[in-house]
Amino acid sequence: MAARNCLKFLLGHEARTLDAVDPTATVLDYLRLEERRTGTKEGCAEGDCGACTVVVARPSPEGGLRYQAVNACIQPLGTLDGAQLITVEDLAAADGTLHPVQQAMVDCHGSQCGFCTPGFVMSLFAMTKEGFPPETDDQAIDEILAGNLCRCTGYAPIARAAHGLAAMEITDGFDARREETQAALAAMDDGADVSLTEDETRWFHAPASADGLAELMLQYPDATIVAGATDVGLWLTKHLMRPDPLIWLGRARDLATIEETTTDITIGAGVTYSDALAHLSWTWPDFGAVVRRIGSTQIRNAGTIGGNVANGSPIGDTPPMLIALGARLHLRQGRIRRVIPIEDFFIDYGKQDRAPGEFVEAVTIPRPAPGQIFKAYKLSKRFDQDISAVMGAFSLFVDEGRIVTARVAFGGMAGTPKRSPSAEAALTGHTLEKSAFETAMRALAIDFKPLTDMRASAAYRLKAAQNMLMRVFIEVTDEDAATRLWDKRGIDDAGL
Amino acid sequence: MPASDLAVHRSTIHESAARHVTGTAPYIDDLPELPGTLHIAFGLAQRAHARIVAMDLSAVRDFPGVVLVLTGADMPPDVDISPVHAHDEPILATDVVEFHGHPIFAVAAATRDAARRAARLAKVTYEDMDAHIDIEAARPKGRTVVTPMTLNRGDAPAALSTAPHVIAGRCAVGGQEHFYLESQIAMAIPGEGGEIKVLSSTQHPTEIQHMVAEALGVALHLVTVEMRRMGGGFGGKETSGNVFACIAALVARKTGRPAKFRPDRDDDMIVTGKRHDFVIDYRVGFDDDGMVLGIEGTFAARCGWSADLSGPITDRALFHADNAYYYPAARFVSLPLKTNTVSNCAFRGFGGPQGVVLAERVMDEIAYALGLDPLEVRLRNLYGTDTRNVTPYHQTVEDNVAPRLMTELADKADYAARKARIREANAKSPVIRRGIALTPVKFGISFTATQYNQAGALVHVYTDGSIMLNHGGTEMGQGLHVKVGQVVAAEFGLDIGAVRITATDTSKVPNTSATAASSGSDLNGMAAQAAARQIRERLTAFAAERWQVAADSVKFENGTVTVGGETLSFADFVKRAYNARVQLSASGFYKTPKIHWDRAAGRGRPFYYYAYGAACAEVAVDTLTGEYRVLRVDILHDVGKSLNPAIDIGQIEGGFVQGMGWLTTEELWWDGQGRLRTHAPSTYKIPACGDRPLHFEVALLENQANVEETIHRSKAVGEPPFMLAFSVLHAMSDAIASVADYRLCPRLDAPATPERVLNTIEALRARAK
Ligand SMILES: Cc1cc2nc3c(=O)[nH]c(=O)nc-3n(C[C@H](O)[C@H](O)[C@H](O)COP(=O)(O)OP(=O)(O)OC[C@H]3O[C@@H](n4cnc5c(N)ncnc54)[C@H](O)[C@@H]3O)c2cc1C
Ligand code: FES
Ligand code: FES
Repeated sequence: MAARNCLKFLLGHEARTLDAVDPTATVLDYLRLEERRTGTKEGCAEGDCGACTVVVARPSPEGGLRYQAVNACIQPLGTLDGAQLITVEDLAAADGTLHPVQQAMVDCHGSQCGFCTPGFVMSLFAMTKEGFPPETDDQAIDEILAGNLCRCTGYAPIARAAHGLAAMEITDGFDARREETQAALAAMDDGADVSLTEDETRWFHAPASADGLAELMLQYPDATIVAGATDVGLWLTKHLMRPDPLIWLGRARDLATIEETTTDITIGAGVTYSDALAHLSWTWPDFGAVVRRIGSTQIRNAGTIGGNVANGSPIGDTPPMLIALGARLHLRQGRIRRVIPIEDFFIDYGKQDRAPGEFVEAVTIPRPAPGQIFKAYKLSKRFDQDISAVMGAFSLFVDEGRIVTARVAFGGMAGTPKRSPSAEAALTGHTLEKSAFETAMRALAIDFKPLTDMRASAAYRLKAAQNMLMRVFIEVTDEDAATRLWDKRGIDDAGL
Repeated sequence: MPASDLAVHRSTIHESAARHVTGTAPYIDDLPELPGTLHIAFGLAQRAHARIVAMDLSAVRDFPGVVLVLTGADMPPDVDISPVHAHDEPILATDVVEFHGHPIFAVAAATRDAARRAARLAKVTYEDMDAHIDIEAARPKGRTVVTPMTLNRGDAPAALSTAPHVIAGRCAVGGQEHFYLESQIAMAIPGEGGEIKVLSSTQHPTEIQHMVAEALGVALHLVTVEMRRMGGGFGGKETSGNVFACIAALVARKTGRPAKFRPDRDDDMIVTGKRHDFVIDYRVGFDDDGMVLGIEGTFAARCGWSADLSGPITDRALFHADNAYYYPAARFVSLPLKTNTVSNCAFRGFGGPQGVVLAERVMDEIAYALGLDPLEVRLRNLYGTDTRNVTPYHQTVEDNVAPRLMTELADKADYAARKARIREANAKSPVIRRGIALTPVKFGISFTATQYNQAGALVHVYTDGSIMLNHGGTEMGQGLHVKVGQVVAAEFGLDIGAVRITATDTSKVPNTSATAASSGSDLNGMAAQAAARQIRERLTAFAAERWQVAADSVKFENGTVTVGGETLSFADFVKRAYNARVQLSASGFYKTPKIHWDRAAGRGRPFYYYAYGAACAEVAVDTLTGEYRVLRVDILHDVGKSLNPAIDIGQIEGGFVQGMGWLTTEELWWDGQGRLRTHAPSTYKIPACGDRPLHFEVALLENQANVEETIHRSKAVGEPPFMLAFSVLHAMSDAIASVADYRLCPRLDAPATPERVLNTIEALRARAK
């Protein structure tokens, strides 16, 4: 099938077909500069503040529509293909009646300077469409709003608005036009490969299948793959790079699958964090707890584990956990596929075991084995939406009170996410005794010489990493001890 | 002639709320662009302190779309944009760059994208000079950006030499990035006959007007500055907008085209000043009861490369080194150090919070030294009412409500019982430790530069009864416009909906002061009231004559005017007044009474009155990593008779969380080359939604009218709540103290990042051994 050379999406309820698309243009610039929809704001152009939050609706695999908040500032325009883009201007009724979300924000005095407000409105709007969690407590609200910074209100009135909304039954204009929208989106869903350009010099390709991707990658071995664009987007907006061509894998549905067997879970490279979360939390609660803190709802709605691994960053959150769990990485070049232990992928700082034209197809994570204990700790300056200073992951196989195998991996401690052979050796063969953990703590200093930067000093990184081992020890030996700040135990007498 | 109270003392929503939530409240970047508008970006120095040996801008000039490149050489000679006329701030650096990120050229292009790309293409050769990045590096040289100030009351050295207990120490507190969500922006539009109109996101339109006039070498009447709303200011738009407005104006002048300057977030954070970080060395003497006898402090501040407002800011640190406590003898000295970093500037509290750092540290020191509860020490040392009521700057405290606030709050928050429970729980908890603290705030209200304490307003009543209000204050989210609108509506007995507030505009109300120092509604509310009253008096006089009744029988209420047994709608009444040729427009003026200040003598009454508050915070600290969480915060705050309780509570909640950010996760970090590495939200962490206290209760102190004759007896609220956040720092301190059985003062510095918390825990454990 010939590639389609235009971009099709709905802007609110209006169809848009763009023949000329700058491959590195962002959704935000398109809205503000082309459409002059200036309700959506730019606060940072790096996905961190949420002022640019828009909602993207797509047909859901279960039928119906799925509404997700994303950061317009780092989303390449081409990623809108086949979607409905909803901005703050679309919410109020034609007669000016405010949407319930907007009304709640007004009633609760949720805006002061107002610059963050459209972003909050859109994050909350997405929640009203998707349904708030059954018991929307403060923690749930924090999770929904972690990607929206407000410098004025201190969040209290916005949280009050969110609580109010969670308790409401809301139907709106989008429900009224749901069928029409679904029909319009279905009409766009032509299964074609898409190739977009503004002037035939630079290109944005969106193959409709993994095979298509494989072929394109052979054709352009040095192309830049875009999954969620939560890293790549920043290259465009902050580093002003113009990688060419960009190949977006968001249209390749066969990469967006999760396969569960009795022994493991295989997550396709196109699966977003949001989609993987439930599976991961269920299998490995600590893995899920960390993923829940990766970026924000907006970032998790776009970002992928595949991208987190492929970028080779030493401070990505999932690699240490994947390494500790002994995950396997599926790589593909044309028709040639290979599977490697994920730790072997990270060769050195900035260097991964990926050949030109090769791409990540999936990652396979083993399920828990009898006697396996898995702990993961993310340490950052701010609890939510922050890059880790240290990320520690620990997998212990314990048999009759003795540690048979230990896999200890860290991020933020070296140029790559990395295991600590010395600490593992110190633990292996020992019972769950304090002295073994203390030896392992000292052993970390042999394997790691971390850096000092704005996130943490070398000394603190080492100390904190060591103390994480102590936390493992306490958690596996003292069930009564509250070891986590978010653990409600121990704080229940604060009068909360 | 009683004014109707209908419009004031009620929680009217922010005047732009409905537009905020629909995205229809335009900020400058949202306005339609005129054809031909140019966009500007800065080229920034890549050295902290260096001579520019050569600058090759050919690639910048040749970049497609570039229209103009300006360097220091293109700046009119001798132009200086120092807000205090220190003549130390050229618009662009010329021979010498004074900080990493110092703007050295500006490029204007057809698109913002082209300007940003071109700006990165400069080739500059530098010859490095000695750079002093932080306070300790700058201290030996001792170069200050302004003359230091000394406050002296009593004989502190003598008091210290005879005190039964003396503690000497040092505390440090970090700076803070404003992180207004809307970055700096200016748009300049050339007009006829040398006129220029500048739209600027600024708290101080008049200063922008002055700077632009200076840069263009024209009279003030050729420059009009307009400001409808800012997406946050917090002090960061008091002086920092000058450079963007001047460059935009110069580009507009040179090209004859409109010019817009919106730096990206990184450039904004690199180029504009921040809250000053301080290192404070102190000695405090006290008796066996924990009463301070004498205190000395040296307040060294990183001011950056130029004076900016560092003088009055470091002064205010000294003014608030007492917080709410009486010091029988005190000697405080400021040390405003010149450093090779961005020039620091105003930020909510204006140096005051940094002064409070010392007061609260000292209270903790005394408590641990004597084994007393820190709250007890705080209560004992509070200012008195008739005695023990003179500040280190010789102003008498006449309105002290701190004792009442603190005791009421301690009761309400159940401080004592919770503290006992926490200690018990801590004893059994190996990892997570909790802490609690209750701290006061007393904050002086007025600009310490007395001349700024004046304001003007303009009120027009139209013949349909609608009212247009304009005043010198700027709206940055704080709700100033709705408050001033309420004041005017109240004068006419109208609903707030009858009053429309228009953009702050130097051609409507001239010679205004910055909207700063929490003074917005105090000053502009009074000026607007004065304007409205003139019109109402004319209307009343007209009514009294036309209906032949006594003036005091004319009533303006509920949108009507009652006169001589007749009730007319306000609109009908006004139409009649118009027909009778009554002037329906007036300008009002206000200046704050009673205040005076002699800086050289360190003596006077710099503040018209004080605003007070108290907060009680409980936190949990993870002793393995130093992470923490704020569990519960109760606040009781004094806003006098609130003009608008909802807006005031919003300021308290927001100020508290912002203060908490300053004291906890917000860390500015420079590398060895003097490069600020925390210049975006990815690396600079302001509080997120999840950082707000789990349980957050704010109440206003009841039945407490301002003793001074402020607008409807209200009190300023912008800055004071910021310092309520000390309760969090000291609650963390309390939690940390548990690792050494509460025997030692943890001396937790700020920002208390997890790293600093863990270091403090480790240091405390080492000291306890
Ligand atoms: C605000 C914000 C917060 C963040 N917070 C966190 C955090 O808390 N923890 C964390 O770990 N990360 C965080 N990140 C980084 C980022 O979100 C993650 O690394 C994410 O997993 C990247 O996935 P993506 O799908 O968006 O990748 P993309 O940006 O699309 O791609 C990332 C890199 O991987 C390559 N790539 C992507 N897919 C493939 C593939 N299938 N095969 C080969 N190469 C591929 C791309 O070419 C690129 O080099 C944050 C980012 C932002 C903007
Ligand atoms: S502009 Fe800040 S997240 Fe997009
Ligand atoms: S209201 Fe100003 S940033 Fe949220």
